[in-house]
Amino acid sequence: MVPLSAYVAVSAVLFITGLLGVLIRRNFIIVLMAVEIMLNAANINLVAFSHYLESMAGQLVALFVIAIAAGEAAVGLAIIIVVFRGKISTNVDEMNVLKW
Amino acid sequence: MTSYGADLLVILPELIVVGAACLLLVLEPLTPPSRKELLAWLSLGALALCIGLTGGQISVLNLRVSAFSDLVVVDGYARFWKLLLYGVTGLTILMSLPYLKAERLQLGEYYGFILLALSGMMVMVSGADLLTIYLGTELMSLSLYVMAGLKRSSPRSLEASAKYFVLGAFSSGLLLYGISLLYGVAGGTKLGAVAAAIGSRGFDDPLLLIATILLAAGFGFKLAVVPFHMWTPDVYQGAPTSVTAFMAVASKAASFAAFLRVFVEGLGGLKADWSNLFLLLCLVTLILGNLVAIVQTNIKRMLAYSSIAHAGYALIGLVAAGRGMGESGGASGLASVMLYLALYAFMTLGAFAVIGMFRKGGLEGEDIEDFAGLAKRQPLAAFLMLVFMVSLAGIPPTAGFIGKFYVFMAAVEAGLAWLAVVALIFAAISAYYYMRVVMVMYMREPDPSAGEVPQLVASPALTVVLACAVAGVILFGLFPNPLVSLALQSVLPLK
Repeated sequence: MVPLSAYVAVSAVLFITGLLGVLIRRNFIIVLMAVEIMLNAANINLVAFSHYLESMAGQLVALFVIAIAAGEAAVGLAIIIVVFRGKISTNVDEMNVLKW
Repeated sequence: MTSYGADLLVILPELIVVGAACLLLVLEPLTPPSRKELLAWLSLGALALCIGLTGGQISVLNLRVSAFSDLVVVDGYARFWKLLLYGVTGLTILMSLPYLKAERLQLGEYYGFILLALSGMMVMVSGADLLTIYLGTELMSLSLYVMAGLKRSSPRSLEASAKYFVLGAFSSGLLLYGISLLYGVAGGTKLGAVAAAIGSRGFDDPLLLIATILLAAGFGFKLAVVPFHMWTPDVYQGAPTSVTAFMAVASKAASFAAFLRVFVEGLGGLKADWSNLFLLLCLVTLILGNLVAIVQTNIKRMLAYSSIAHAGYALIGLVAAGRGMGESGGASGLASVMLYLALYAFMTLGAFAVIGMFRKGGLEGEDIEDFAGLAKRQPLAAFLMLVFMVSLAGIPPTAGFIGKFYVFMAAVEAGLAWLAVVALIFAAISAYYYMRVVMVMYMREPDPSAGEVPQLVASPALTVVLACAVAGVILFGLFPNPLVSLALQSVLPLK
């Protein structure tokens, strides 16, 4: 039987991957993918805890999160397309009209 | 045991708002461009219905009704925030009527998105489960990402939308990971279950510590407190002004509501630890928000830093509540946060309403210099702006003073007199950049070489918004007692 700590470790590694991806990568689409990784890291946690705690709440939350991640990807890609039409670039660093 | 129908009845206001939003999205393509205003009136009608429903329960303010096996709860706290959110949304819709016309953004779905965002906020303030609070936050944020980019012809608006999306989605990721860890530690997602599992044992479990920090960071982004504020100035400046007003007021109020509920009802057992964390956040927020606002030349950007600073003042109330919880201090701290955000709503909406319709040719005059000589050209418009700026600076007899007074009193009661003094010093510094706008309006002549001088374009809807905002700022500044007692009655039950 796989111990709970193994699941939490995998999820932590995935979460940190996503976190660094958002902070380091400069392409909008890769940033979006990194965010999805963060959400799925949370899903692994939720389902693993749900199994070990024998409570269904975690799996329920995970289902909702999957739906929300899809919605977030849809809105994100729509925004990327509109920005891309205007600027022909998806690089986050080139978004510099606004700065202090 | 309640039946399913009774559960639906509890969330009737949410259902009305979502139903109206869907109806608007269906009607939008069927409405000719010249009649788009009908959609705004339809959404105002839905809001009036909700105000009637929630306002009708004011006599039983603290009756606690929960539905869907405690996923949502309607108590005095939720009713207070819902009434505030209805008011803010109604004024935003009225403000948008002339603004969208002037910007040639006659989009019916704009009103649909406002209502969808409102329904997300309503779920946030009523959520008694980490799942519902997360869902409400996402519904609100996804609608706001789109609204920020609605001005598709403007690169600034698109950039604001893209930046808001990246940082907003990132912060939801942090929030959700925090929720997943908290679920693992507490064994349930209901706030009551979390509170029961944590008790008052403190941070004996490292996962609990990480979960608390991630939740604080996730909410910190939504509240725009330093160091999670980077998106705020860019998004507030780039988004259409009516959307900026909605974000600065409604989304901040709803995020504060959910944030307080999670940390007081769910994590109340850790108050000694989180009040130290928020004390730190509150101090850096006050310092950075107020100091960076001084150097801004764009008024929307200045108000963005000012809204960061105001989140810092509101946090003082939470810190005081955490320190004084168990005694009467806790209640007055939380009530001061609720009062502060309610009063902040009037002055900020008013200021953004003026900025949105302050137009030079076809464009918005959003530089502070554009306001030069306004007192001579349009004395009434200059006076209104003066009232809002004075109130934002917290000078009596305006609402801003009352808000700050109660927050500082709560800090003193909780034994944090030094924090009140520091905040007072920063309030004095903030008067510098608010008064600069007043100085430019009253003392400066417009640059003769600049060509067309900006004017406030009056319209009936704008008059209503400005009248409501000024009445709120001055009446609550002179007679704050009804609102204070409402906030004190509807405050969360503390342990």
